[in-house]
Amino acid sequence: MSSLTYEATGIPVESEEADPVNRRVELLLGALASSVLLFIAGMILFTLFKAWPSFAANGLAWFGAGGNVDAQLTDIFNSPADPADYIYKLRAWPLIWSTILISALSVLLATFIAVFSSIFIVHFAPGPLQKLIEPVVKYLAAVPSVVYGLIGILVLVPWINSTFITEEMRSSVAYVIQLDGSSVMAGVMILTVMILPIMIALIVDSLRAVPLNWREGALALGVNKWRAVRTVSVRAIRPAIVAAAVLATARALGEAIMLAMVTGSIGFAPNPFDGFLFFMEPSRPLAPSILDGEEGLSVVPFGETMYAFGFILIVSCVFFSFSGWAIRQSLGRYSIGAR
Amino acid sequence: MVSGKSRRPIKARGSRKVRARGVWSIGDRVGLTIAWATGIFLCLVAFSVTIYLALKGVQYLNLDILISRPEAGTEQSETGGILDPMIGTLLLTILGTAIAAPIGVGIAIWLTEYGRPSLLARFVEAGIEMLVGAPSIALAIFGLLIFQNSFMAPFSFTAEGGAVFGRSFFAAGAIMSLIALPFVVGGTREALNSIPKHVREASYALGKDQASTIRRVLLPSARSGIATGTTLGMAQIIGETAVVVVLLGASLQLAPEGAIPVLDVLKGTGSTLTSYVYQNSPAGEGKAPEKAYAAAFVLLLIVIALNLFVNQISKRGRHTWG
Repeated sequence: MSSLTYEATGIPVESEEADPVNRRVELLLGALASSVLLFIAGMILFTLFKAWPSFAANGLAWFGAGGNVDAQLTDIFNSPADPADYIYKLRAWPLIWSTILISALSVLLATFIAVFSSIFIVHFAPGPLQKLIEPVVKYLAAVPSVVYGLIGILVLVPWINSTFITEEMRSSVAYVIQLDGSSVMAGVMILTVMILPIMIALIVDSLRAVPLNWREGALALGVNKWRAVRTVSVRAIRPAIVAAAVLATARALGEAIMLAMVTGSIGFAPNPFDGFLFFMEPSRPLAPSILDGEEGLSVVPFGETMYAFGFILIVSCVFFSFSGWAIRQSLGRYSIGAR
Repeated sequence: MVSGKSRRPIKARGSRKVRARGVWSIGDRVGLTIAWATGIFLCLVAFSVTIYLALKGVQYLNLDILISRPEAGTEQSETGGILDPMIGTLLLTILGTAIAAPIGVGIAIWLTEYGRPSLLARFVEAGIEMLVGAPSIALAIFGLLIFQNSFMAPFSFTAEGGAVFGRSFFAAGAIMSLIALPFVVGGTREALNSIPKHVREASYALGKDQASTIRRVLLPSARSGIATGTTLGMAQIIGETAVVVVLLGASLQLAPEGAIPVLDVLKGTGSTLTSYVYQNSPAGEGKAPEKAYAAAFVLLLIVIALNLFVNQISKRGRHTWG
């Protein structure tokens, strides 16, 4: 209590509402806090406003497939200076598909790893390893994405190129794309490592919140420790796992710099029917597309197309973050963490 | 380790379930092995990233790189050092934190101490969560939208035709503060929530009103939480690249605008360590991976130092209330 300084003024406070200073402080801080909401609403609206010409010119076909998206973007970038002749034609499906593909694969992979490693951290890691592994997770979260990207492009991409890609693979797709190791696979691998810490932090917290006597109940029935954890703890925290996956999805969707570095930056939609080759194909999600097109933002129709990408990203990320938050709120009420 | 222990199945009449007692079935063993593997995998990733970058960093980093400015050049020996990016990182971090810290603390106080009407407070909480999830690249282009307005002209460079460039330390710092904000709010809220109610009541009993209780009692006790949150926010700013590339211009050197010292630098464009790494990697134009490794190593050292710092303050600052 040494850091507390009390100054007894001796002036009694009649009621909080009657005190103008206090009331003003509350209003000021409340306005400050509400401005966060205003900012988010403003961001979504202004971006939509700026992006509208691109959506309006393409209609729902904006989201569809058709033609080479990179060629379309080049056309938009080179459209005539006269506003009446602006070119807006865009079929963004390859970019959207790439976003969905890379995010979904890495979230799936990360959910699997995160659940198992959280169980390990909370229940099975021997003391010294447990002391080591928690700072390690925090550290992995703190490594900047550009560092991951650098290691990806200088180590992982050449490794994939020399290990997995055969000459046959190269020649089989040589008429559409070049395989050089920058691929969906590299992106998914690194993105998984990047979103793991968020998921582990959430899952570890909720695993710790499972009351010990729940598991003791299972152990008393004679099952082994693993079975007790799997059937009692993991089942109890299922909503937390979903929340973690949803929040990690938001993070994965918004990752730009690392994916711009390792996925090859080609607007190509990898085809799942290509078999294993599919993972070796380059692609480019929405967020890196904005980063790549950053220099052209001042070209009006091209800029508007970029803001359209941005709008799709903001809306989906805000949706996922909000759902993750809502699930976590309900956690306290209906499941573990109530007390 | 527990996995080695397998007990003999207990023979029981009737119920088949009983046979599973204490026995490690193949599924259980596989599960436990995977759990061990994933745990060790995490450590391996962290160590290999660190050791690889440390080896490369020690190989390419020298005093010369640290104190010379970056230059345009075709050979790696001509491209100079990373002085400007380091200054850029420092300036941007200070600017972003200076904006984020007071706002974040204010929001956290309102959320924990006032929070009326409660529906609004819940929405603000969700809003903060959305800020965490908002893609930085989208924040960056939104920032450009704001700072390219003519009324924002004082904050950046204005071209001859009156077009506002919209890229400067001010613009990048403002958007960076949004990236740091949720961390400041989170750290402060956690600290405020951990202060028991009787402390506030004691303060009221001494005749303090709520505002001065917050200022004189709660904020001083929440100091370490505020520091933790702010440091985490700083780490986010230091590691952010997309905002720098879009809003700071990621120019090679600091490019001051105007005549007033300090302000001219803040109005101008620049780069940070992250954008330097990006541009000198094979993905950017520089094609100087050695310099990129050196800068990435410096970046990693800063991140590690901040992490250790956070550990220190959260260890020392833990307040126990009697």
